This record gives sequence, C-alpha cells and structure tokens, in this order.
Amino acid sequence: MSNQVSRRSVLRAGAGLAGGALLAPAFADAVFAVGVNDKPPIGTWPEGTQGDTVYVAATVPRTGTYAVQGEDELKGWQLAVEHINTGHPLLKKIAPKVTKGLLGKKVELLVADSAAKPNQAVQEQQTFINQHKIILMTGSTSSAVAVALNKFAQREKVLYVTGISGSNDTTGKDCVRYGFRQNFYGETAANAIGPVLVKAFGKNRKAAFMTPDYTYGHTVTKSVNDYLTKNAGWTMVTNQVSPLGTQDFSQYLTNIANSGAEFLINVNWGRDAVLSIQQAKQFGIIPKMTLVVPYQIPFLAKEAGPELTAGVYAATDFWWTLEDRFPLAKMFVDAFYKKYNYRPEWGANNSYMSFAIWARMVSEAGTFYPPDVIKQYEKGETFPSTVGDVHFRAADHQLVRPVIIVRGKKPSDMKNNEDYWEVLEVVPGEPLMQKPDAFGCKLGDYT
Amino acid sequence: MINWANFISQCFNGLVLGALLALISSGLTIIYGTLGVLNLAHGAMFMLGGYAGWLTYSHTGSFIAAVAAGALFVMLVGVVMERVVIRHFYKRPHEDQLLVTFGLGIVIVETVRFFFGSLSKTVPAPAPLVGITPLGFMFYPTYRLALLGIVAVALLALYVVLYRTRIGMIVRAGIEDSVMVDALGIDVYKVFMLVFGIGAMAAGFAGIVNAPVVSIAPDAGEAILVQTFVVVVIGGVGSFPGAVLGGLIAGEIISITSMFNPGYSYVMLFVAMTLVLVLRPYGLLGTAGRE
Repeated sequence: MSNQVSRRSVLRAGAGLAGGALLAPAFADAVFAVGVNDKPPIGTWPEGTQGDTVYVAATVPRTGTYAVQGEDELKGWQLAVEHINTGHPLLKKIAPKVTKGLLGKKVELLVADSAAKPNQAVQEQQTFINQHKIILMTGSTSSAVAVALNKFAQREKVLYVTGISGSNDTTGKDCVRYGFRQNFYGETAANAIGPVLVKAFGKNRKAAFMTPDYTYGHTVTKSVNDYLTKNAGWTMVTNQVSPLGTQDFSQYLTNIANSGAEFLINVNWGRDAVLSIQQAKQFGIIPKMTLVVPYQIPFLAKEAGPELTAGVYAATDFWWTLEDRFPLAKMFVDAFYKKYNYRPEWGANNSYMSFAIWARMVSEAGTFYPPDVIKQYEKGETFPSTVGDVHFRAADHQLVRPVIIVRGKKPSDMKNNEDYWEVLEVVPGEPLMQKPDAFGCKLGDYT
Repeated sequence: MINWANFISQCFNGLVLGALLALISSGLTIIYGTLGVLNLAHGAMFMLGGYAGWLTYSHTGSFIAAVAAGALFVMLVGVVMERVVIRHFYKRPHEDQLLVTFGLGIVIVETVRFFFGSLSKTVPAPAPLVGITPLGFMFYPTYRLALLGIVAVALLALYVVLYRTRIGMIVRAGIEDSVMVDALGIDVYKVFMLVFGIGAMAAGFAGIVNAPVVSIAPDAGEAILVQTFVVVVIGGVGSFPGAVLGGLIAGEIISITSMFNPGYSYVMLFVAMTLVLVLRPYGLLGTAGRE
C-alpha cells in the first residue's frame, strides 16, 4: 500500500520537475520580452510574483505530538501576514519599508498539516510550489522537518524560514543558503542555562537525561551535557532515548528512578514532555529529582500544571512578560492577545518574527528575487525585534539573538492565569554561539 | 552490568504493560478467530473508549461511571459497526476487509479530532489510587498497581464468559469451525455480532482504564494497534490464552530490553515475533487450521 502511494507521489514529483525544466526556457523568454529584469528565472521566481498576490506556505503539525505548539505557531504566521498586508505599526518597526502588502502585493498564507513528519511536509510544500508558485516556505516544530525542508528549499531554490527548530544541525551541518532560523537552539540554550544551573546547584552533580530520538533531541542533549561536564564536572548517569510520540514512559522512568540521579534534564518536547513529566511525578521521581527543561516547550506549564513546573529552570526564546522590558514585545503581546484572546507562547512569537524579518529583507532588497533577498539577510544589518536588537550571521544564516532564562512560578505567585514563568535573565546571544563552521555548516549556492 | 533493583522493577513494569496488551489483544484475537476479519479499527476502539470515558468523567466526576461508559459505548459502536458495515464483508476477500476496517478507523479518529481537537485530555485516577506505593525494590504509582488488578479482573471476566458459559462455548466453536456451527442450527451471525461487540468492548475498556496513565489523544490507538498485532501473532491467532501469554511476553520484552537500551525494545519485540513465526507459525498457543 504505502509503497504504491509513495511511488506514485515520487512519479508525480518527478513529472512536476520535468515539466518545470521544460517550461523554464519559455519563461525566461517571456521575462526578457517584457523587460522585467535581466535575471534568469529561479525556483518560483518570477512566476510566483507576477500576480497581485504572492503566496507563502506553512506546513505545521496540527495533529500528533506537536499539534498544540503547531496551532500557536500558525497564529503567529497569520498575525504577521495580516500585519504585512495592513502595514501594522509593529511590523513597520521591524520592516520600515513595508507599506500595505509587500512590494505592492498582497501576501496570502497557505497551510497544511505536517503531523511533524518530514516526508509529509516536503510533499505538501511540493504541491504548494506546483499549484501556487509559493515564494516562501515555513513550518517545522520538529527539527527533522526543518532539516528536510532546508534541503528541499536548496533544491527547489525557494526560500525557507524555519518554524520552531532546536537542533544544532539546522544551521549547523544541515544548513543551506536558502534557509534561515530566527529562534535559539541546543548550543545557545545549553550555554545560556548552563551557568544558571551551576550557580544554583553547584558542581559535581548527577543528571539523568530524557532525549527524543531525532536530530533535535540528540544535539540538545549533547550541548547541555557537554557544558555541564566540562564546566562543572556533572555526570550523565543515564540517557533515556525515546521515540517521538511515546505515550508510556514507565520503562524509561524506571531506569531513571534506579540511576541515582539528582536531576532530571528533560529534552522531550510537545506532548512527549507533558506526558513524561506527569508520569515522572507518578513515579515519585519528581520532586525527588530536580526537573530541568533546557529547551522550553510552549504550553508546558498550562498542560502539565504549574505545580509541576514551579521552580523549574528553562531556556526559552520569548516569554510574554518581556513586555515589561521591550516595547516591541509589548506591542506584539497586545496585538496577539487582542486577536486570539490569550498571551502568545514562544512558538507564535518565533513565527511572527520570522515572517516580519522576511518582509524586512524583501522590502529592503526591493525585490523578491531569492538571491538578492538572501544577500540582504547576509548583510547582517542590525534591526529591532521583540527581544531587542538582533542581526543575522551570514556564515550560517542563524539569527544572533538573546536567550531568555525563566523559572516556573508557584501557583500562589502567579499574577494572572498565564503568569507561569518568571524571567530571570536575558542572555546576549553572540557569546552563546559556536563558531559558524564548528558544526560543519556549508551553505551551498545562490543559484 | 545488571542493576538488580532495576531489573526487578522492569520485570514488574513489563507485567503491567503486558496485562494491558493482553486485554486489548484478546479482543482483537477473538474477533479475528471467530469472524475471520482482521479489525484494523481496533486501535480506534481503544482510543474511543478513552474519549467516551473522559466525556462521562467530565460530566459526572465519577471514574466508575467513566469506565462503564467507555466499555459500553464502544461495545455499542462495535455492534453497530458489525451490523451496518462489517457483516457485508464476511464473504469478501481479506483485502476488502482490511480496507474497510482501516477506513472505519480513520473515520473514527478524525471524527473524534473534529469534535474534541488534537489537544490531549486527561482523566485523573480516582482519589484513593493517586500517589505512590513503595514496593521494596522500587516506588510504583499506585494507580498502575491498581491497573494490574483491574485488567486481571477484566481478563478473568472474559475467561468466564468464553469458557464457562453456553455463549462462550458457541464462540469457541465458531473460532474452530464457524461453518459447522452454522450447520448445527445456531445462528452464527448473531454470534458474530456479539463477538464483535465483546471484542470492541475489551479495547474500549482498556482505553479508559489506561487513560489516567497516559492521557488520551485522537491518535492514541495507532501505536497500540501495532503492538496488539504482534501479541496476537506471538500468542496464536484466535487463542484467548495465547493473547494473554503473548501480551505478557511482549510486555516483558519491551521492559527488559529497555533496561539495556530503550531504542531496541521494539526491535526485540519484532525479533521475538519473527522467531515465533519461524518456529511455530501458528503462534505459541495457536492451532493449525484457524484462519
């Protein structure tokens, strides 16, 4: 069954590619004839930018383990597109040259459910390219999807900005010229939360890790463990690696209960994190061991309950109380709350920012021509964001941005029903990052 | 290097997991044994039991009512499914049966998703069963201990129905040779309906009693379905004792392997299944000649 389906889709994709190749010269002629410019067509350009509307597409998990986070991310993209089309003041702070729409065109967002599966996400983006000539792709939540879409973007020469992606590989060994990441990742999370943990708990402690079995989990666990072992003599007494979508963590937790660990460093994400933390409580591991969440999960406190996240240290990308420190954060939280009636989590913020930044780069470049947009990103200009001034690193297409350290509040300390975390530190991004080539990043060609 | 405390803990874990798998698999195996239909919607039944129970719990606050509702509602769904759809497929090829039950599974999962969304739901364990029980070798969640008892009682009830009642005798006869049962003047199609209902109920019951352990989501049945198939193959198709034995074996394999490396626990499960298929093609307690 599944063989037939995939064979058919491969054939279809192949046919699409062959068709595209045949059509390409014809388009080149047309473009030269009307004198749009002197650049040969690339990817969906200029075809995708010739109407009144340009299409962008998000493949986001709306089902499965990461569905809750996916819905939040989707709202961020929707809000950004609305702000681009209306020339909202917040968006104009980030992208001053945006008027209403982008380069005079309306932006429309297309959406499909990726279920956090790389092959599904790639197939859907292929369909969007074929049918709508999309000029920008986004969506991940799972770094496995981000890495797959990175490679797909490079092959198709269509820009891709990641959704949530915490793996070092996304802008490390699997980086591409056509891909950009706004959010923090394993290495920066580890280097930001590491000193905080050592300061709070001291040296030579024993930690048990829980790791989801894919690129995000392995790279985050490695970065965190490397920091703690090298800088403070911590020991990893066990590392429980579980597949994405695990329901029952009893076997893993039994091993941890018998490991003699003092800390439970949980790298699981989405529903996996909620379930593993709830079950750790059932097994009495929490509060016996101290829970640490090195890569924050949107809605964790809401789903697992603030009793469980009270006192838990986490590194994150954004938390809504940053509105007290950053004017743009306040504008964002207010606009989001007004539209969706809850305060955004970091997934929504990441989505919004990545689209706003893209709008900035396109409007500054004055063209949708992908290599020019990429070069605009690579200029590394500083611009304002919801967490202060930031800039892109040209060598690996990673945004240089602060990492936020938060600690869970006790239910009695919460000032409203979404006041789950207290911001402890806003750690500047530059010193947290590895050298651009340390993880083997080779960006590839522009054309 | 074996940590014995951990080994005993994992053996115990395997027992709890195995009991649950045994219950779900027994439903699948009696349906397949009697009707010859491999019910790919069995995982959806498991999930549906959880949701029916959750809905009842959120309205009544009673865990017992939730369990009753989960089991009975899914039995009802099973009976309706059999009457409306499945019975038209008894004479059709196996591929058609697979496709129709696969399709029904998708319809059920997406219907639940449509009404209740993808967010996972939790049913709390009843108050006396919340907390941790020290077992000497480890601390164990009290509800999981209770779950072992609950599932054991349910399996015992199934045993009594299948082995100590007239209807159970007919069902077991149907598993061996349904044509002969028909020839003896018993309305075998009524039995089929009943078997489908009971089989579905076993999954629904498991779905709701397992809900306090893992929380429920529309796709909760997918992983369980694969594991129950393995259990049925190991235990022997159509064999109720086989499902129980297979369930326990599968639970222990998953748990004990995960002590060394959790990544291999399912690999080892499939290795065990392959070995059984090679050495005893009809399963450990299966008999040649069954469908």
